[in-house]
Amino acid sequence: MKIDSIRKLNKWRREIRTQQKAIKTRVLICLGPGCLAGGSDLILKEFRTILKKKKIKNISVASIKKTGCHGFCARGPLVIIEPQGIFYSKVKKIHVAEIIEKTLQRGEIIEKLLYKDPDTEKIYKEWRKIPFYARQQKIALRNVGQIDPDEITDYIANGGYSALAKILKGMKPEEVIEQVSASGLRGRGGAGFSTGRKWATCARAEDEPRYVLCNGDEGDPGAFMDRCIMEGDPHTVLEGMIICAYAVGSKEGYIYVREEYPLAVVNLQKAIDDARRFGLLGDNILGSDLCFDIEISKGGGAFVCGESSALMKSVAGEIGEPRAKYVRSVLKGLHDKPTVLNNVESYANIPVIIEKGADWFASIGTKKSAGTKAFSLAGKIRNTGLIEVPMGITLREIIYDIGGGINDNREFKAVQTGGPSGGCLPADKLDLDVDFDTLTENGSMMGSGGMVVMDDRTCMVDVSRYFLNFLVEESCGKCVPCREGLYQLHKLNEKVCKGKAGDDDLKLMENLSRTIMSSSLCGLGQSGPNPFLSTIMYFRDEYEAHVNEQKCPGGVCKDLITYRINDDCDGCMACLKVCAADAITGKKNEKHVIDEIKCDRCGACYAVCNINAIDII
Amino acid sequence: MIIDSKKIQRVIDRLPPDKKQLIMILQDIQQEFHYLPKESVRLVADYLGMPQSAVYSAATFYKSFSLIPRGENIIKVCKGTACHIKGADLIIDQLDSGLGIKPGETTKDLKYTVEVVNCVGACAMAPVMIVNDKYFGEVRCNRAIKIAKKG
Repeated sequence: MKIDSIRKLNKWRREIRTQQKAIKTRVLICLGPGCLAGGSDLILKEFRTILKKKKIKNISVASIKKTGCHGFCARGPLVIIEPQGIFYSKVKKIHVAEIIEKTLQRGEIIEKLLYKDPDTEKIYKEWRKIPFYARQQKIALRNVGQIDPDEITDYIANGGYSALAKILKGMKPEEVIEQVSASGLRGRGGAGFSTGRKWATCARAEDEPRYVLCNGDEGDPGAFMDRCIMEGDPHTVLEGMIICAYAVGSKEGYIYVREEYPLAVVNLQKAIDDARRFGLLGDNILGSDLCFDIEISKGGGAFVCGESSALMKSVAGEIGEPRAKYVRSVLKGLHDKPTVLNNVESYANIPVIIEKGADWFASIGTKKSAGTKAFSLAGKIRNTGLIEVPMGITLREIIYDIGGGINDNREFKAVQTGGPSGGCLPADKLDLDVDFDTLTENGSMMGSGGMVVMDDRTCMVDVSRYFLNFLVEESCGKCVPCREGLYQLHKLNEKVCKGKAGDDDLKLMENLSRTIMSSSLCGLGQSGPNPFLSTIMYFRDEYEAHVNEQKCPGGVCKDLITYRINDDCDGCMACLKVCAADAITGKKNEKHVIDEIKCDRCGACYAVCNINAIDII
Repeated sequence: MIIDSKKIQRVIDRLPPDKKQLIMILQDIQQEFHYLPKESVRLVADYLGMPQSAVYSAATFYKSFSLIPRGENIIKVCKGTACHIKGADLIIDQLDSGLGIKPGETTKDLKYTVEVVNCVGACAMAPVMIVNDKYFGEVRCNRAIKIAKKG
């Protein structure tokens, strides 16, 4: 069925909504990456199997919906029952029969599966009331976790493609660009460049053809927002791109997805196929003059391909080495033609901006950073997961109010934002507003939205080494400052971790960092030393402890610590079994001993000990 | 291990002979054989009408390609930031002592390959291990070998 006019689209939407109204109860099963690792696919199967055999009034297999990431990964696998919003967490396959019998059949709540706040012990029945959700505002993630990503009808029922209809009905391309500019939307990939200005520059370029690209190469370790959007709501990415194509006058688009996200590729491809089938992609979209099609281009596992010019080379089938940007890629991009490249989350915002208007969007967030931002919360934080909050919220609100504070009630040490190009912010920066400019002013950056929380058992020198090691491996090698400079910087960092560095080495590292930043070709090198610079700026005492006292305060750097078993040891033998160096001796129920000479300080014993009987000295 | 070049050619033929398909073709070969057999570099170069050096360059630039045979079971350990601070190194150490291979290596019987990957985007479940595309979250190091072997 081709939907070749806006009238038909609206009619179709009404039909879908009527059909969906007939299904009173909907059971949403989260198949996001976190819940999937907890076996939510098995839960989905179990629901379907039981409901095929059993006849229940008002409930059928059609009531069971798989969705993308619902957000609260720490409590996964999640099962949500709408319209009541009943929130079941940590669900296992064995609970499915009980949920069907008690909740779906008799309307009873199963209390043991509800969320209980560990601090207040308050039990929450409805997900919207849980503090983790209550503080959020979802725009880009509006459908993620609410709809079945495979069903175009779900997207349309939720208002999908109505923004596209709106522009085709009565907006000129210039008006679309004007709206996007006025909304104040800034690129969600990290740099924060005005999306409207980018589109305007491309639209003004005289060369043809023009391309529309989507950057789904979410390479920052610790970030998974784009993954969840591509997997959980692929049509919103397509709609955003089609609107962009209309605005800048493009016929051809590509979504570049990193190969580590196979499910994103599958879901996007299904969405593209469906959109083509219904006439939302291809020639004469919705019966208009707009012709635009999208293809998926898979990455090959190179972090540098998230950089615009490298990404464009990779889409063209070449190796992804960046080029110097004397001429911006918006003018000479893919195949040297004008190209708009936006991040997944940026595109996901577009349909809402068009529909609700630029003023509405600009009223959210701060003056210079409008709208919301999606973040992935990870690391040593209680409520790990995917969130979306208005810009201008403080780090403290994100980490404590939404994130529930630090694991095991340990002390907060730092939060890492912005991936390898960003930095670490300490406790006294917790009250900073989260927006593009404030984070950059304080030595970190917004980045794509990864937020990794660290507690007092994290060594900041080791964190810096980790990122430098990452960048050394991922540097494409084209320019010397990045290839050689980062390598040397990493070597020096390693020396600090081993306790073999002197004061001069720290000075040398700072000098070298400045050189790398000022002379590298692309963003990878230019921001490469950030993790080092931000950690030494805020945690100089830790560096000095490594250099002057040969001590690692975080208890991480292997060369500077010793493991010792204390008197709390009950002889459970867990550490003995896990010790690869055979350094632990002891009998069952008797205190064990570590042979410090044999011990290679891998830390496995410390990790498996359940009663804190191992000290790090 | 000798792989019939006709078999490789059949995989190559799935996509049109267009230079921009280079990476996609290599990905298809990699998926089929778990690595890029030596012969495939020449075959792809001929198919796309480009020098072998250009194909080789792409094959070595992108991390997802391997020019040496990999094991039947691919064990990936995520080393994203969250996994790193939650003890991904412990998992790598345990796999080393249990299987006798370091990241990037394959057991002699070609049964297991251990790889370290940069962030797989399942940070909320850190540390994460992936065995043959199945995700395992919150892996405690003493369970690493069991997970690797059973999948």
